Amino acid sequence: MSSFQTHISPLLFLDLSLLTMLVLVAFAMLRSRQLFAVVMLSGIYSLLSAAFFVSLDAVDVAFTEAAVGAGVSTVLMLGGMLLTARREKPVTPGRAPVALAVVLATGAALIYATIDMPAFGDPHSPANSSIGQMYVDETPNDIAVPNIVTAVLASYRGFDTLGETMVIFTAGVAVILLLGIGSVRGGRRIADRDEDE
Amino acid sequence: MFVAAAAAIIAALVLAPIRAFAGPSLYDRVLAGNSFGTKTVLLIGVMGFLTGRPDFLDIALLYALINFAATLAILRFFSYRTPKGEPAGPLNPPMNGGGAA
Repeated sequence: MSSFQTHISPLLFLDLSLLTMLVLVAFAMLRSRQLFAVVMLSGIYSLLSAAFFVSLDAVDVAFTEAAVGAGVSTVLMLGGMLLTARREKPVTPGRAPVALAVVLATGAALIYATIDMPAFGDPHSPANSSIGQMYVDETPNDIAVPNIVTAVLASYRGFDTLGETMVIFTAGVAVILLLGIGSVRGGRRIADRDEDE
Repeated sequence: MFVAAAAAIIAALVLAPIRAFAGPSLYDRVLAGNSFGTKTVLLIGVMGFLTGRPDFLDIALLYALINFAATLAILRFFSYRTPKGEPAGPLNPPMNGGGAA
């Protein structure tokens, strides 16, 4: 029993501190009016949630979160920030209650929707009872890939993944066509216009 | 021993967002984000040894690569933000991110 506790309690402490820091960083992002600080804090938030996903054994989700959340979207937000102001305008006090009401209603609806979800680890839930078990059973025989998620994404749902990649490629090409070839140089034009002012 | 290392890393993790929030200069915030990424790499490595799965070291290495590339990409934006008439340099941050701006 004692060995069981020494194995569990540090990880529980780790998860708790990671979640607490997530909440604190979110409040810091809300309080800060310096947009650059908000961008850096959102990158920190993504790294924190990535570490939490690793602790939950969802390594692929964690990797996506770190690459997209901490890497790409930080750079995108910095690019957007260079096009606008560096400081956030003060919130109009009259609009705050309306926004709070909208957020509370949406949150209540989302929490209400989770009541219908099957219990955690329920063997009779749709995800576990129908086709999910078949993937778990057949993947080692069908495809010699140790990671079942990879097997599902790249082989069982290969055409679906190909379509998603096509959509993202088309979106990227469209953005480059809209912004022009000069946008590839990465913000040089913005700085030039700023110096003219 | 890994528990103590994890606790120390968590303590360091708490300090980095404080610096990112408080500033005052822009480079403090960039450095806070970068060092937070490094601490995340360390934490994932220690987490792997805590749970008895040293394979996590591979994931930690990938995170180190992402962190490096992201910091380079962030710093790249500053080279274009020098105020007119002032030379950019290590002692003259091109963009004031602090509260006194």
